Amino acid sequence: MDFHLTPEEEAFRSEVRAFLDENLAPGVNKNDPKFLAEWNRKVREKRWVGFSWPKEVGGGGATIMEQVILKEEMSKRKAPALGTCFMGLAWVGPAIIQYGTEAQKQRFIPDILDGKYQWCTGYSEPGSGSDLASLQCKCVREGDEYVVNGQKIWTSIAMWSKWIILLVRTDPNAASKHDGITCLLVPMNTPGVTVRPIRNMSGGAMFAEVFFDNVRVPVENRLGEEGQGWQVTVSALQHERSSIAEVEGLKRKLEELKELARKSRKNGRPALEDDGIRRRIARFEAKIEGMRFNGMRALTKQLRGEPLGAETSINKLLRAELEVAFGEIALEMQGSAGHLAKEVDGGRWQNFALSWPEVVIGGGTPNIQKNIIAERVLGLPKD
Amino acid sequence: MNFGFTEEQELLRQEVRKFLDAHCPMEQVRKLMETPDGFSRELWKQIGELGWLGLTVPEAQGGAGLGWVDLVVVLEEMGRTLFPSPFLGATIGAAAIREAGSDAQKSRWLPALADGSAIASLAWLEPSDRIDLAGVELAGKPSDKGVTLSGVKVQVLDAPAADLFVVAFRDGSAVKLAVVERSAAGVTVEATPSIDQTRRVGRVRFENVVVAADAVLADASEATTTRILDLATAAVTAESLGAAEAAIRLTVRYANERLQFGSPIGRFQGVKHPLAEAFVDVESAKSILYYAAWALDERDADASRAVSLAKAYMSEAFPRVGIDAVQLHGGVGFTWEYDPHLYLKRSKWARPAFGDADFHYDRAIAIGEK
Repeated sequence: MDFHLTPEEEAFRSEVRAFLDENLAPGVNKNDPKFLAEWNRKVREKRWVGFSWPKEVGGGGATIMEQVILKEEMSKRKAPALGTCFMGLAWVGPAIIQYGTEAQKQRFIPDILDGKYQWCTGYSEPGSGSDLASLQCKCVREGDEYVVNGQKIWTSIAMWSKWIILLVRTDPNAASKHDGITCLLVPMNTPGVTVRPIRNMSGGAMFAEVFFDNVRVPVENRLGEEGQGWQVTVSALQHERSSIAEVEGLKRKLEELKELARKSRKNGRPALEDDGIRRRIARFEAKIEGMRFNGMRALTKQLRGEPLGAETSINKLLRAELEVAFGEIALEMQGSAGHLAKEVDGGRWQNFALSWPEVVIGGGTPNIQKNIIAERVLGLPKD
Repeated sequence: MNFGFTEEQELLRQEVRKFLDAHCPMEQVRKLMETPDGFSRELWKQIGELGWLGLTVPEAQGGAGLGWVDLVVVLEEMGRTLFPSPFLGATIGAAAIREAGSDAQKSRWLPALADGSAIASLAWLEPSDRIDLAGVELAGKPSDKGVTLSGVKVQVLDAPAADLFVVAFRDGSAVKLAVVERSAAGVTVEATPSIDQTRRVGRVRFENVVVAADAVLADASEATTTRILDLATAAVTAESLGAAEAAIRLTVRYANERLQFGSPIGRFQGVKHPLAEAFVDVESAKSILYYAAWALDERDADASRAVSLAKAYMSEAFPRVGIDAVQLHGGVGFTWEYDPHLYLKRSKWARPAFGDADFHYDRAIAIGEK
């Protein structure tokens, strides 16, 4: 066991810190469009956008440790994101790099790296949530085109996206439900595509329903082979690396909670002096540290070239638990004012306490994660 | 960065596992736990010959000079099989002398502890049940010979088998440590049977026990005694880890075999989910524990906080695993014949040992505020 970095890795960490010292002055307005444009240009120049991607496609060709160091340092300093095309960088790009044709790579990868426009993800359907492979969106080939009819739901940022990565059913008679699925890349302005935003419980609208009515997609926009869509999706989602960034985010959130506990009153004294509150906060700290070191153990496996099992499900579950619990304790500490929309800190904790489903349900509910752990790690029979 | 065990450590794990499976399978554990001593002198001799008793004793005193990361590997395996022996108590006792003793004191006691010819045990806790330094009230009165000890220690781990006690006593505002032979005049040892028959503890009374000045350990600074408690706490957590994992595995095996409603019960989410939750907690406490053991070996400033988080987490997770193991076994889980109750009982000892979850959560958050 050794937590020290190699001299090269230390040098890279210094490089990142120096960059942040120079380009992220304390107190800078991170929402200023001029600042952001400059930031995006500079991190792109450094090849820190798509840092893990091969150099041939314009990525950074980074080692796993370099990726970890970069994420960690950026997160510690609350730096803006590296790149603006969130889903493009997270899984559309990796899927195109792995399964795309040369023409597709040239057409899409540079735009994703430059953040020219947004991608959205058309996976879930009204009848297919946790059981994603049961999806039914109909797709029939007519000559050089596919014709799509059906509906997607919970499609984040669909209303601001130029393209959608779409899973459709091309073979309803395939032996396995996983086999008849194909992946298409579809422009959102294609005739027949309709987007209807869904208002969520915090009052905002981040996701939408997307309807497809005789939408015609050129065959050249298919990603991977016909019937290979499930594989394309699953291997793209596996690009999610360690949970370093999430851990840093949770640590920051815990510090903010302690700050709130310092100024909140419980039984006539600061909530941070209350044994019950203190122990709950310490318990959060234990779970975050658990996530941090679970992540490092997984990372060590990756560095040794060993395959990762369902380890990431462990941290997903812990994160889900923490996201919900943070919102709860924040409102509890505000006492009878906990339900007031704008009274404390402008209502950010209320908003937080109503926003966890995005993280907790999106990408696999806690119950599904428990199934994954029970079946793939513990070896219990499949449902 | 490397957060994994070395090849040597993996080999050590294999060696311990093979030995325990061959020489002390569960049938043997059950036989030993019914005996008055609760362990086998013959096996004790053998593990001494294998070098396990001197694992963390410095090489200069006949040990292997290894660290707590290596020890964790051995304790996990012993926890897995609930190996009944004074190994844990003896290891902590030797560590106290290693940490606080002068070279002369180490040379005087450690070689016999390393080869297993003597067993030392740390006598810390008192009837106040306070694990922190302020809980040490046993009086040490200075005399012309050295110091005279009077008082009672409880929950002394492996006391019934111990030849030596490392006794924490109060000298004014300071807590000091003295090595006292069991045979010394005024020492009485009384076994206090546990519901966990694989674990032996005792009450030790000291009535005007005269201790020579050279048997008072040279360095009992607050930093040293804190470190000794941290080492002990990490060791207990490692053993709990092995036991908790074994209890989960045992229950998974049963859930795969037991058929109800025409299906293995492990197919039902009511069975699956508690096991997954238990696994998540034990696995996470394990990750913190490994880090804590590394930090202890490196004398990293973060060690105490890490130890407390690991113990607090495990003190909540392990007892829950014990209960789930019994409950998910259904009726047979309640029988003497099936093993879940043995793990459940171990968790009852482990939960408060060297501080329960509340104690360690309080300590961790206080350290963070310093």
